[in-house]
Amino acid sequence: MTKTRLLIIFIIFIALNIFISLLNLWQSIWWLILFVDFVLVVAFAEQVATIIPLKYQKLYQRALAISFPIFVLITWELIVNAGILNPRWFPPPTKIAAALWDLTINYDRFNKTSLFGRPWLAPSVLQSDGWPAVWSLFTESHVLTTLWRVFFGFIIGAIPGILLGIIMGLNKTIRMMLDATMSAVYVLPKIAIFPIMMLIFPNPFGEGPKIAVVAISAFFLVAISTMAGVRDIDPVFLQVAKNFGANRRQTFWHVIVPGALPIIFSGLRLALGTALIVIVAIEFIRAQIGVGYVVFYHWQILATDKMYAGLFVVMVLGILLTFILQAIERWLMPWRK
Amino acid sequence: MIKIKAQNISKIYDSANGKITALDDFSLEVEDGEFVCLVGPSGCGKSTFLRILAGLEPATSGSINIARSPNSTKPVNNVVFQEYAIFPWKTVINNVAFGLEMRGIGKKQRQEIAMSWLEKVALSKFANYYPSQLSGGMKQRVSIARALANDPEVLLMDEPLGALDAQTRTVLQAELLRIWEKDRKTVVYITHSIEEAILLGDRVIIMTAQPGRLKETFEIDLARPREIELTATAEFAKLSGIIWQALKDEVKQAYDAQMMDKVD
Repeated sequence: MTKTRLLIIFIIFIALNIFISLLNLWQSIWWLILFVDFVLVVAFAEQVATIIPLKYQKLYQRALAISFPIFVLITWELIVNAGILNPRWFPPPTKIAAALWDLTINYDRFNKTSLFGRPWLAPSVLQSDGWPAVWSLFTESHVLTTLWRVFFGFIIGAIPGILLGIIMGLNKTIRMMLDATMSAVYVLPKIAIFPIMMLIFPNPFGEGPKIAVVAISAFFLVAISTMAGVRDIDPVFLQVAKNFGANRRQTFWHVIVPGALPIIFSGLRLALGTALIVIVAIEFIRAQIGVGYVVFYHWQILATDKMYAGLFVVMVLGILLTFILQAIERWLMPWRK
Repeated sequence: MIKIKAQNISKIYDSANGKITALDDFSLEVEDGEFVCLVGPSGCGKSTFLRILAGLEPATSGSINIARSPNSTKPVNNVVFQEYAIFPWKTVINNVAFGLEMRGIGKKQRQEIAMSWLEKVALSKFANYYPSQLSGGMKQRVSIARALANDPEVLLMDEPLGALDAQTRTVLQAELLRIWEKDRKTVVYITHSIEEAILLGDRVIIMTAQPGRLKETFEIDLARPREIELTATAEFAKLSGIIWQALKDEVKQAYDAQMMDKVD
């Protein structure tokens, strides 16, 4: 039964695509054909799911998740090569990959930068010129610079954010005083305060204002979610602490911190995403180095393949940072499987 | 020897609709080693009384005195809460050792004490599990073990089995009887269930519907050690019939009051 259905879907898929190709309709209604093809693929995959044995279901689901982006990339490649999309604006994935390789191995003499800092040169440079030369390899890297800005901004913002959030969660007076103001500042797009930061810092074009904006955007998100986390602790746990003779310090470490941790972490995840958005936006407008700069610079010189390569790197950075945060989360909260 | 002496306890709450009297001139004396059950309809203030006994809430008037054994360093009381209230972020053994840890007892010693209590409640295999991996009945056993491991002068239990299904509740009642029999700690036990009160208690105290007052006291002279099978005897049925007679007007009154609230 299922096999017949699979066969029917498959035949429709092949017939449709041949038919459209013969009629030379791809050029005009390619988006519609792609949509129908997608629906057919989904129908096919659903039928396949019914005949996969239970123990392979998990594997099958993972295969679907991995194969989808691969299909998208292949389709992209094909429709660009078929002349349907303009390769100037939408360079095919193979060309983007080549551009990424190009950015990785080559040093930009004009800007004195490279994408990853050419770590393979480190051993030979160390031998000839010592540690300062290795350090300069690091500082020439777009990726490491962006990571450094996000990391420092995040730490400088999140730690005071957690502290203030806990204080606001525990002390009603401070909460009443600050809550409305915090909520008002919270909705302000943090990138909008970048000009103020440039006014405040002695070197408006240095690292100071960039890191400050990342820190401030992380700070408010983390402070507000930490406050919510502390307030969200079931009062019965505080009663248990009291009943079992916990003093203030013990109540703090045994009840308040672990009790608020899950919501603190959801705030940290939000803050991390925002930090990445903010840093890329700042690197667009005012930076000589950083992945945001890579994207924007190559847009300006119409090297779109390198622009996409930069976007790809931003995406990988986002995934990587989220991964690290999740690993910390699992390590700190083993009770949440 | 009198262990708990609560005299003329009143509790008045301020609410949007004026003052609500939860407890009205309620007095209770509990002998050392006695198991006292408080039974009353919903909202009669029995939990409030327990929380006042535990020092979690102040009384509006009246006095509480819990006698300590001579030269004892034991904590005065510990509560077993209805909703388990074991910390989801601590393993089972660390939950049981919580009170000991708060009292500054060294890690090795408190782990040993906690482990011996886990054996008594048949959870030693689950020592390193987190509460989310346990069933409701197992969680409540952890909660009971946590209170007992702390070895308080008196144990206060606030409908500890109220949230469990009937079968699990029966199993835990039997377990409670067995554990209590070993050291006969002074217990104040709050429950909705007359059967549970008779099965466990030396004395059953019926409270009136809101405001909570003492309505009637029943001495339960059933021989100890008791077993679950006791509930099937004629003597037990007779007792529960008598106690129900005392309670039923209060339950009806509480129920009608709830209906009135809904109509309002």
